[in-house]
Amino acid sequence: MLYREAGQFKTSYAADQQIFPILQDRVGIAVIAAIALGVLPLVATEYLTTTILIPFLVMSIAAIGLNILTGYAGQLSLGTGGFMATGAFAAYKLSTAFPDLNIVFVFLGSGVITAFVGVLFGIPSLRIKGFYLAVATLAAQFFLLWLFNKVPWFTNYSSSGVISAPPRAIFGDIMVTGSSAHYTAKYLFLLVFVGFLALAAKNLTRCHLGRAWMAIRDMDIAAEIIGIKPLQTKLSAFAISSFYCGIAGAAWAFIYTGSVEPLAFSIEISFKVLFMVIIGGLGSILGSFLGAGFMVLLPVILTNAPHILGLNIPVDMISHLEYMIFGALIIFFLIVEPHGLARLWQIGKEKLRLWPFPY
Amino acid sequence: MSSTAVSAASGSDAFTADGRHKIGGVILSVQNISLSFGGVRALTNISFDVRQHEILAIIGPNGAGKSSMLNVINGFYHPQEGKVIHKGQERKRMRPFMAARAGIARTFQNIALFKGMSALDNIMTGRNTMMKSGVLAQAFYLGRARKEETEHREFCEKIIDFLEIEAVRKTPVGRLPYGLQKRVELGRALAAQPEILLLDEPMAGMNLEEKEDMCRFILDVNKEFGTTIVLIEHDMGVVMDISDRVVVLDYGRKLADGTPDEVRANQDVIDAYLGGGH
Ligand SMILES: Nc1ncnc2c1ncn2[C@@H]1O[C@H](COP(=O)(O)OP(=O)(O)O)[C@@H](O)[C@H]1O
Ligand SMILES: [Mg+2]
Repeated sequence: MLYREAGQFKTSYAADQQIFPILQDRVGIAVIAAIALGVLPLVATEYLTTTILIPFLVMSIAAIGLNILTGYAGQLSLGTGGFMATGAFAAYKLSTAFPDLNIVFVFLGSGVITAFVGVLFGIPSLRIKGFYLAVATLAAQFFLLWLFNKVPWFTNYSSSGVISAPPRAIFGDIMVTGSSAHYTAKYLFLLVFVGFLALAAKNLTRCHLGRAWMAIRDMDIAAEIIGIKPLQTKLSAFAISSFYCGIAGAAWAFIYTGSVEPLAFSIEISFKVLFMVIIGGLGSILGSFLGAGFMVLLPVILTNAPHILGLNIPVDMISHLEYMIFGALIIFFLIVEPHGLARLWQIGKEKLRLWPFPY
Repeated sequence: MSSTAVSAASGSDAFTADGRHKIGGVILSVQNISLSFGGVRALTNISFDVRQHEILAIIGPNGAGKSSMLNVINGFYHPQEGKVIHKGQERKRMRPFMAARAGIARTFQNIALFKGMSALDNIMTGRNTMMKSGVLAQAFYLGRARKEETEHREFCEKIIDFLEIEAVRKTPVGRLPYGLQKRVELGRALAAQPEILLLDEPMAGMNLEEKEDMCRFILDVNKEFGTTIVLIEHDMGVVMDISDRVVVLDYGRKLADGTPDEVRANQDVIDAYLGGGH
């Protein structure tokens, strides 16, 4: 089917303000949703689900979170790992303190707690920008991890420091977290969660809050002069971004790895999420998914491709290769296409829209 | 854009023969303003009044302090001496967003648009302070959020029609030519339905045709909505044509203040500015 806007005249501004005003986009989303919900659960193996689909979904949440803060509101952050850890430990504390609390509320609650923590560490953003703000968020990263390591209350005084995520069920008896949960149940539960979170993020970014974020990002002085309160706007970005990162951390611990440990949320993951956002596209929800997908797939491809091609590349070489490819791509996207894969996708669509007559 | 649909002006205003709102009392008064940056004196003891519904031009050579004056009015610069009285109330030290919320909008000498956003979104941002829906309503595009988005969109579309920028409403403003960017910036200021509109060189760098369009927009805004306009402009022809009164600044001091004819006849102005081959 051709990708065309022509003939789809909007008869009202409300119709033009739909989330996906173009029919082909709506069809595309519906197809993706149908595959993700209906086909993948039936055909995906345990390996595919647990090594690709679940981490992809978890990292998509984190990438959306960071994209809200950095891509939309223009506040650079390296604290993502710290906020994810906050979400993981908040979920652990919530679900052990209130064993009967529905897992959905455990996740949402951990997001809310992380939002408050994010606001706290967002306060310096009123005074400092760019590189200096990134350094300040780095402080959040190290402080939070240090806190969860040092204060035994967070791990419920467990001696090893590594704790398994408690098993929790939805609809009475369908286990979705912990080691006894079936991988398909975990995947579907996470998928629905991600669907709602992505929808909410997309909506937020096209309403007045999103415009305030982008205004602050593009020119904070002009934003203030047209009546946007800088502090409130920046802190709202920190809050909502951290809400997403917190839920990502909770999902990481409860659904992906099944254990809650600070080590998983080191500075490395902060950088990884930042790379996802840069490669996928700053200021794009779609880009958050593309970036997360790319970052999750690349190591898998690098690990498996040599086998398939009959090459024998040592494991440490592969991980070096991974870093080199990431590095090159980041430089490419930062210099050539700051809006990332999402922008490349859009350019492709625009070309298609005009094809075959470019003028 | 019809005046009944969007007019913020009160119905009791009297109109002049050509349909403009009659110039009223003093709406904003700057008194004995002095402003310096380190050793540089940008403004020295400046006083003048802005009257309701008038078009007031501020002229003067580069570096005279014109932009600084606007920055004082909208709370971006804080003068060391003097006061700003807005609607009879002396203003305490204020932040720019407070001025915006008090009905003062402005455009900039160097365009200050949000480059990554579309023309429409830039203009919509001008109405952000009027939107009150909460985070959850926005996240799920429910009730109030949906209603607000649609209503404000309709208002902004009127501005877009008025400024004749329908064709570029979805284009990121960074990709628009200079003249259109200036229009979008005016649109963003208008979206706030300001009582006072501060325009810093709205026609700088434009060709004749673009200037004529911009003049028409400014006059129409003033006529239809009674918006009080303070504008900085270099083109003397334009100034003499469209303004009710003119304030002349030179090296941070006020040289003259009066109708275009009075200013044109003022010997100080002739010596310092008009006579200088401008
Ligand atoms: N933020 C600032 N910092 C330092 N000096 C400034 C600043 N803003 C304006 N000035 C100085 O104030 C004087 C008046 O500038 P300005 O108001 O921009 O003049 P105009 O708009 O009339 O050309 C100039 O000498 C300028 O260098
Ligand atoms: Mg100036």
